[in-house]
Amino acid sequence: MARRSSTARTLVTTLAAWIVGGIIFFPILWMVLTSFKTELEAFAMPPSLLFFHWTTENYATVQSRSDYLLHAMNSIVIAGGSTLIATAIAIPAAWSMAFAPTRRTRDVLLWMLSTKMMPPVGVLVPIYLICRDTGLLDTRTGLVIVLCLGNLPIVVWMLFTYFKEIPRDILEAARMDGATIGRELVYVLLPMAVPGIASTLLLNVILAWNEAFWTLNLSTSEAAPLTVFIASYSSPEGLFWAKLSAASTLAVAPILVLGWFSQRQLVRGLTFGAVK
Amino acid sequence: MATQQTQTLGRILVAPAVVVLFVWMIVPLAMTIYFSLLNYNLLNPGAESFAGFDNYYYFLTDPAFLASLGNTLVLVGSVLAITLVLGTLVALLLDQTVIGRSIVRLMVIAPFFVMPTVSALVWKNLLMNPVSGLFAWLATAVGLQPVDWFAQVPLLSIVLIVSWEWLPFASLILLTALQSLDEEQREAAEMDGAGAVSSFVYITLPHLARPITVVLLIETIFLLSVFAEIFVTTGGGPGLQTTNIAFLVYSQALIQYDVGTASAGGLVAVVIANILAFFLVRIVGRNLEA
Repeated sequence: MARRSSTARTLVTTLAAWIVGGIIFFPILWMVLTSFKTELEAFAMPPSLLFFHWTTENYATVQSRSDYLLHAMNSIVIAGGSTLIATAIAIPAAWSMAFAPTRRTRDVLLWMLSTKMMPPVGVLVPIYLICRDTGLLDTRTGLVIVLCLGNLPIVVWMLFTYFKEIPRDILEAARMDGATIGRELVYVLLPMAVPGIASTLLLNVILAWNEAFWTLNLSTSEAAPLTVFIASYSSPEGLFWAKLSAASTLAVAPILVLGWFSQRQLVRGLTFGAVK
Repeated sequence: MATQQTQTLGRILVAPAVVVLFVWMIVPLAMTIYFSLLNYNLLNPGAESFAGFDNYYYFLTDPAFLASLGNTLVLVGSVLAITLVLGTLVALLLDQTVIGRSIVRLMVIAPFFVMPTVSALVWKNLLMNPVSGLFAWLATAVGLQPVDWFAQVPLLSIVLIVSWEWLPFASLILLTALQSLDEEQREAAEMDGAGAVSSFVYITLPHLARPITVVLLIETIFLLSVFAEIFVTTGGGPGLQTTNIAFLVYSQALIQYDVGTASAGGLVAVVIANILAFFLVRIVGRNLEA
């Protein structure tokens, strides 16, 4: 930014930006703070911001009473598994569309994008019944398959926009030097494709981790990931704010960290390459 | 440009993704269409019979449909308006010289990564509870009557929560776009005597047209299907006040087990989404050369 700004102006904009950022972030901060309070203090009026008796007992209770680790493991398997499979299917497709486009490539890409516009409730009934009849209801396998298919269009699009930016001249140079297609893949293209693939994996793990339509409808207990586990705190008799906050903090923290690392990829991935 | 051989290879490589997506889209959709023409209730298995268009008639004339259509439009419309206006302001602010901007940006983007069930329950309990919530305390502190959010203004409460979830997305995309704006162009305009307002209207806003349409398109796709936030807070109530189309179809399918009507409703949702998508893609298409 080459704009000349006076010190006073910088101070004003800095202050305003921090206040706005603080307000937007506040609910998360409040959740984390509440997770360290006792249930009594969580309800206390007036609420205490920092000067309360800090305790970690909620975190222990969440694990011992509700088997938090099982649900965390479900989230990891479902988000990780669906992302890996989707990426494995998408890499060859995005690859060939980026490097050997045909007349139909554009249509195929737009068609894939349009599948994302179909609201999931449109196919809720058949997917639910298929899962019920094949014994996939409330299983990790069922959710891995459904989330994998749901995110596949985004994965293809993201990979496509990354692959398209790999310069073709390099390929030709390698070919002139007598590289076979196999060597070309391993030594020339793979290193250049890895950052794009990594970003795609990251963003899709985040999307799958937070997915809350199919997980809520297709799982109840055994395969329930954290989204469903947290939803169980919505029952009126289970309203323990400090424990809800502790469970929520645990569910959100890892993905928040991943998310902060992937800000740039987020813009690009979610806008299908339209904004970079 | 490609040889016959690479074209064949290309088809083979694209095939798995296309086939899998095609099956994922066509098979369930065909089943939904088939079910929508049947009298089919899961509580009454084996008693399926052909119903013609009765399910569509029931779904579309049910007062719940009009109510939920209205709620869907209010929800999508208000969240879009709130996130676009506030998002533009946040982006403009963060585009200024700000000490510690990267930290502020982290704070602004954070809500996007919070899973919907957590956002909804944290807002409903810790913030919006009429007795012990933080908003109630703030209201009493300034001498106002605390609002019983989910009883008095249930739909507005959902709108607020969903707006909080999507504000980061709008802000981040608009900020990214602003940062790619040519600084020299703006400085030249300033030298020519353009004020802050006219420089915003004639230079910044046109530059933002494309990212704004992108935000509009993508948010609409996701907002039409808002589900988890309603599921964990209000369950569609009180009455039908927070039932949107997605939730209505869900409740017909998995609460009343009425497969026929739910399928008809699901298809109505698909049609509505397609109508909106059609117009959006036309608008976006002008700004978006793929």
